[in-house]
Amino acid sequence: MASSFTRLFSSKRNVGILSLVGAGSVTAGFLLHRDHVTAGAPVRRMYPASAEFPDLRKHNNCMASHLTPAVYAKLCDRATPNGYTLDQAIQTGVDNPGHPFIKTVGMVAGDEESYEVFAELLNPVIKERHNGYDPTTMKHPTDLDASKIQSGQFDERYVLSSRVRTGRSIRGLSLPPACTRAERREVERVVVDALAGLKADLTGKYYSLTLMTEKEQQQLIDDHFLFDKPVSPLLTCAGMARDWPDARGIWHNNEKTFLVWINEEDHTRVISMEKGGNMKRVFERFCRGLKEVERLIQEKGWEFMWSESLGYILTCPSNLGTGLRAGVHVKLPLLSKDPRFSKILDNLRLQKRGTGGVDTAAVGGTFDISNLDRLGHSEVQLVQTVVDGVNYLIECEKRLERGQDIKVPPPIRQFK
Amino acid sequence: MTETCQYLNFKTEEEFPDLSKHNNHMAKVLTKEIYGKLRDKQTPSGFTLDDVIQTGVDNPGHPFIMTVGCVAGDEESYEVFKELFDPIISDRHGGYKPTDKHKTDLNFENLKGGDDLDPNYVLSSRVRTGRSVKGYTLPPHTSRGERRAIEKLSVEALTSLDGEFKGKYYPLKSMTDAEQEQLISDHFLFDKPVSPLLTCAGMARDWPDARGIWHNDNKTFLVWVNEEDHLRVISMQKGGNMREVFRRFCVGLQKIEEIFKKHNHGFMWNEHIGYVLTCPSNLGTGLRGGVHVKLPKLSTHAKFEEILTRLRLQKRGTGGVDTASVGGVFDISNADRLGSSEVQQVQLVVDGVKLMVEMEKKLEKGEAIDSMIPAQK
Repeated sequence: MASSFTRLFSSKRNVGILSLVGAGSVTAGFLLHRDHVTAGAPVRRMYPASAEFPDLRKHNNCMASHLTPAVYAKLCDRATPNGYTLDQAIQTGVDNPGHPFIKTVGMVAGDEESYEVFAELLNPVIKERHNGYDPTTMKHPTDLDASKIQSGQFDERYVLSSRVRTGRSIRGLSLPPACTRAERREVERVVVDALAGLKADLTGKYYSLTLMTEKEQQQLIDDHFLFDKPVSPLLTCAGMARDWPDARGIWHNNEKTFLVWINEEDHTRVISMEKGGNMKRVFERFCRGLKEVERLIQEKGWEFMWSESLGYILTCPSNLGTGLRAGVHVKLPLLSKDPRFSKILDNLRLQKRGTGGVDTAAVGGTFDISNLDRLGHSEVQLVQTVVDGVNYLIECEKRLERGQDIKVPPPIRQFK
Repeated sequence: MTETCQYLNFKTEEEFPDLSKHNNHMAKVLTKEIYGKLRDKQTPSGFTLDDVIQTGVDNPGHPFIMTVGCVAGDEESYEVFKELFDPIISDRHGGYKPTDKHKTDLNFENLKGGDDLDPNYVLSSRVRTGRSVKGYTLPPHTSRGERRAIEKLSVEALTSLDGEFKGKYYPLKSMTDAEQEQLISDHFLFDKPVSPLLTCAGMARDWPDARGIWHNDNKTFLVWVNEEDHLRVISMQKGGNMREVFRRFCVGLQKIEEIFKKHNHGFMWNEHIGYVLTCPSNLGTGLRGGVHVKLPKLSTHAKFEEILTRLRLQKRGTGGVDTASVGGVFDISNADRLGSSEVQQVQLVVDGVKLMVEMEKKLEKGEAIDSMIPAQK
């Protein structure tokens, strides 16, 4: 605790640090400059808000649904203590009117304080995206106790691989849309330092994108670990590809079951994975690795961005809460052709993707099935949802194989 | 950009970009010393050094040409970041010194000849330039409000033109499908930039808001609004009458400039760097005068590049920059922008293309062209 305080006082950003009501790490009484943060630093503007308001008539994203001229007028004169503005936060949504298949969020956070300073816009966006979760009244539960998972071993005749991913941000440093080169390098330094302290089955190595050899690059590609410079305009318009590949890299353990991406869309993306259907073991390693990394950064006076109302704070509002996507690659050739497939997934709070990830198509009846929700449910709850749901899907597939009928399960209750 | 400058919390070495694999003008000039000196400066509108160089950091090198690697966010950028821009301007524009003066000459009557390029070889002739409207920031930095104000003023100016310049404005965001089809067939329509050289500099933000195309009824005079510059002005026609193209170019430009001046928003210009544009490569005249010309034999001649260099010309494919030539047809234009006038640059194109067509004819007859190869202009 003392070291956390030291970090905060010596923090280079000594003005406007968001009040830290974190998981027991800092006392609730430490409310620093809260009013200053919410009011936001004033921005110099030449034109009235009405002249600057974006034309969103052809847009279909969450930001466009909630940004009214009144909200824009109220927020456009503010900036976070780092200087991040509303125009910057919404730029990606202005530049990308709509995604053909899904309603995109249409805005990002440039730093932790964005969620406070632009709350009037972000809260309704969060509420829409996260099925009614209200950050002003609700609390997000964090639970990384993997021992609670039941029936977490899938039938491996159907489940080819299991994976859990999330993101973590380092408090005190700006997020990928806004960070300077020095900040990004600091994120890399802090995280790589901590990862070097992992032991036993988590012992591993860091591969910086700027320094990796051709041989290392090819190996990472073959392992399906390598991430590329973002090409999606959703990300590039938000400024996340700036200075590529400076301070970007990949760390993985020797066993290739625990992987960390540094400075891609978030400060860190943490992935636990293995072939086969032992989701419980994947999640156990996930939780253990995460907690160990957290302990290691705290030793040096750093911590993850987290709040009671939003959970783990990440760049995209869609990843708030747990930031967790737990999923499997599973063979469902018969079920996927059944007209009730989508409804079954919906009711189980699951989503399907192709085996290349978001925006890809399924190949040969093999799907990526994962949880839909991120915020308002704990990690344990979401992984259990995936476990129960995938087990149900496999049951359906088996029944169809035997020529038996299947039932659409009742919908899982959501909070209002 | 705001007053609270986060950047100052880290040391220069910590912020300095890694340019070890880069090959552009900015990377060649930017040292830690210059970066350290300029990093805490801002233009009055808030454009910073990091903003200036972002495109050059994000784009290490172009396979065929040495890119500039930096942009201006406003007129003042060229002053505030002088220590960076001056050596880049010198490298890019043949040793142009900070004390040099640039000559502007838009008097088309000073052009000699140019009306008789052989239309059997010269398929079309075109002159383009850019203009920035004083009092506004440039495309890498403009807010939506500013961009719209630029559009409004430009449309007012353009729609007041008459005679051979009478025309119509087509805003990108509200053009009909039919209008769009027509503009594409006419080769007038410009698209949202895809080149990372432009997108990394922030020029595609808010697309297609406040962007549009104006052209005269004759389809020989065209203005792009809010693409890479505030205005890109183009005069063109089929065939080889470059003289006429240039006349219309000069007359049209001067008419437009008068109207902007009346609104107290003349064009950005000064006697050192001439017309001020977003990319340092377009300073001076901002002029690219060129033709589409058939040179199937000459283009495969061993001395083709040498000839172009001596004539102070450059070749491109018929799709414009970064395209390949098709069927021996090349886009040939002036290489220079700064340090010589509009008339001088178009003169080089006229004289040079005339010579190259004669060379092509010689080669067709199986004759040698060595005696025709000119001295360096």
